[in-house]
Amino acid sequence: MPVPEWLPGRRTKEAAQSNDAAMWSKCPKCGEVLYRRDLAANLFVCSRCGYHFRMGAYDRIVSIADGDFTEIGQDVLPSDPLGWSDKKTYPAKLKSDAERSGLSESVVCGFATIGGFPVALGVMDFHFRGGTMGQVTGERITLLLEEARRRKIPCVIFAASGGARMEEGMLALMQMAKTTAAVARFMEDGNFFLMVLTDPTTGGVSASFAFQADVIVAESKAMIGFAGRRVIEQTIRQRLPDQFQTAEFLLEKGAIDMVVDRRKLKETLVRLLEYTSPNRVILSEATPSEQSESKWSGVEGRVREQ
Amino acid sequence: MSNNVIVEREKGLVELERRITELREASAAQPLDMSTEIAALEAKYQAILREFFGTLTPWQKVHMARHPARPTSLDYISRFDRFDELHGDRHYRDDPSIVGGFAFLRSRAVMVIGQQRGRDTRENLRRNFGMPAPEGYRKTSRLARLAARLKLPIVTFVDTKGADPGISSEEHAQSEAIATCLQTFATARVPIVAAIIGEGGSGGALALAIADRVLMLEHSTYSVASPEGCAAILWSDASKAEEAAARLKLTADDLRRFGVVDEIIAEPLGGAHRDAEAVVTRTLDAIDRSLTRLNAESPERLLDQRYQKYRRLGEWRAESLAPTGTAQ
Repeated sequence: MPVPEWLPGRRTKEAAQSNDAAMWSKCPKCGEVLYRRDLAANLFVCSRCGYHFRMGAYDRIVSIADGDFTEIGQDVLPSDPLGWSDKKTYPAKLKSDAERSGLSESVVCGFATIGGFPVALGVMDFHFRGGTMGQVTGERITLLLEEARRRKIPCVIFAASGGARMEEGMLALMQMAKTTAAVARFMEDGNFFLMVLTDPTTGGVSASFAFQADVIVAESKAMIGFAGRRVIEQTIRQRLPDQFQTAEFLLEKGAIDMVVDRRKLKETLVRLLEYTSPNRVILSEATPSEQSESKWSGVEGRVREQ
Repeated sequence: MSNNVIVEREKGLVELERRITELREASAAQPLDMSTEIAALEAKYQAILREFFGTLTPWQKVHMARHPARPTSLDYISRFDRFDELHGDRHYRDDPSIVGGFAFLRSRAVMVIGQQRGRDTRENLRRNFGMPAPEGYRKTSRLARLAARLKLPIVTFVDTKGADPGISSEEHAQSEAIATCLQTFATARVPIVAAIIGEGGSGGALALAIADRVLMLEHSTYSVASPEGCAAILWSDASKAEEAAARLKLTADDLRRFGVVDEIIAEPLGGAHRDAEAVVTRTLDAIDRSLTRLNAESPERLLDQRYQKYRRLGEWRAESLAPTGTAQ
């Protein structure tokens, strides 16, 4: 389905309204006040200092997919296996996050083309339960990998996660095992698994499918690690340097392949996908930057013949 | 003063234990018959044991799992018929919080790998309180791959608060080390049996626990995060750990119900350390039985069953808000 048709149905009224209400955003890094529409047009990157705002799953799909996106797993919805309740019940937390974000879980999965290449695309969103991995997150990612394996196409996943979700206990942790097994099967068949780490990627997600990918790209300045910063500081009882656990730090330590500015991300993904295409022809030279224009109205499908 | 609630409770029993021992010794040394007194004291002792330890709350189980005298991986491994420890990750160093190597269990050659905490402060410092660094997980992956190539079944013992959360661990890509460990276990073409013998803390525990059969000691715990960690994450207040322990459903019974654990191994009243010998034997028997059964399967079938086992874990509801059901 073309993204402009698919998207409005997926966004709740509340999310759309809050989007309209927030006309201006202030850059947390340089303080620049940015008109929201310009910010969206610039892929949520501060035009003054290059700060990367956290991006929602829908905005991300619009910015990466050529124009079509067929969602899968949207009928798999979270339950409350532990009967969890603290200040709020777990179902109430899910409900308010769903209203705020327009998402039904922390990941949106489906099929799209990127630069003409058909891919399985999974996008996590920090705005839903801090992007934590619950049972449905794991199930949707597993469904995506299984279907990608069947179709023999590359899988691209954007990670953004605070780790495994506490409110689903061990059943959340076991999603690390489940997604791992699905990744292994997918990769054993010779398929290409491409990972994009975004701010932040930690815990159970970084320690399972995220770091199992063939090629790992990270957005600039994204915070990536196993343990959260606070946990480490409490353990060692000292403050960590600012650079610690940034994408650039991981690149230097050899943990990831490249750090990419969001505005160059799509063309980077296309370049990488070209190495895995059956014809292995260079196409990206013919592809002008597709990220520069706003994708909110009228996304043009650019599926190329191969 | 111990911060372990079980150790604190046990202090009340020490005096009684001492008196029983004294009476026994006196009775043996003298012709006097003191069996009535001894029996009375023992009855009292058992009554207190039952009262203290008959039913344990999740929080008490967390402390039982952390009890300093609880049998550790090496206590189990030392009861194998033979053990030859292998060392190192072949990249950087040997991590003493993971022990592993070739072993014979009931005349069967296996690869055994366990997380090892210390019994005292000195050993704990050397073993990093049983919290493995990336080097430990890389050693684990290396040994598991070796086992798969030599067609040796893999036996693991899980006992960790979690993976080490330090600077060096982050610099050496703890996430990658654990992720690779998970993948190695998910794809190893040999039977794998894991035993949760103490604390099973988060992804750092799961790294050794993707298995065809998961055994768990009655008073062990296994959870998505330590109760302290969970309380800090959700409520920014680690002192609410007891509340978190109650909510996390981290006991063997809970996890058996969820299908995360396949078999529970009973412990004596008061915990495994009260009769370590019996618990170790019982555990090794259960591992041996599991291996015998798993050895009959072809590698293809084994891998497929392992995939399905984890594939099924989880429950959700369908779009229509129908009642919650387990998938498939």
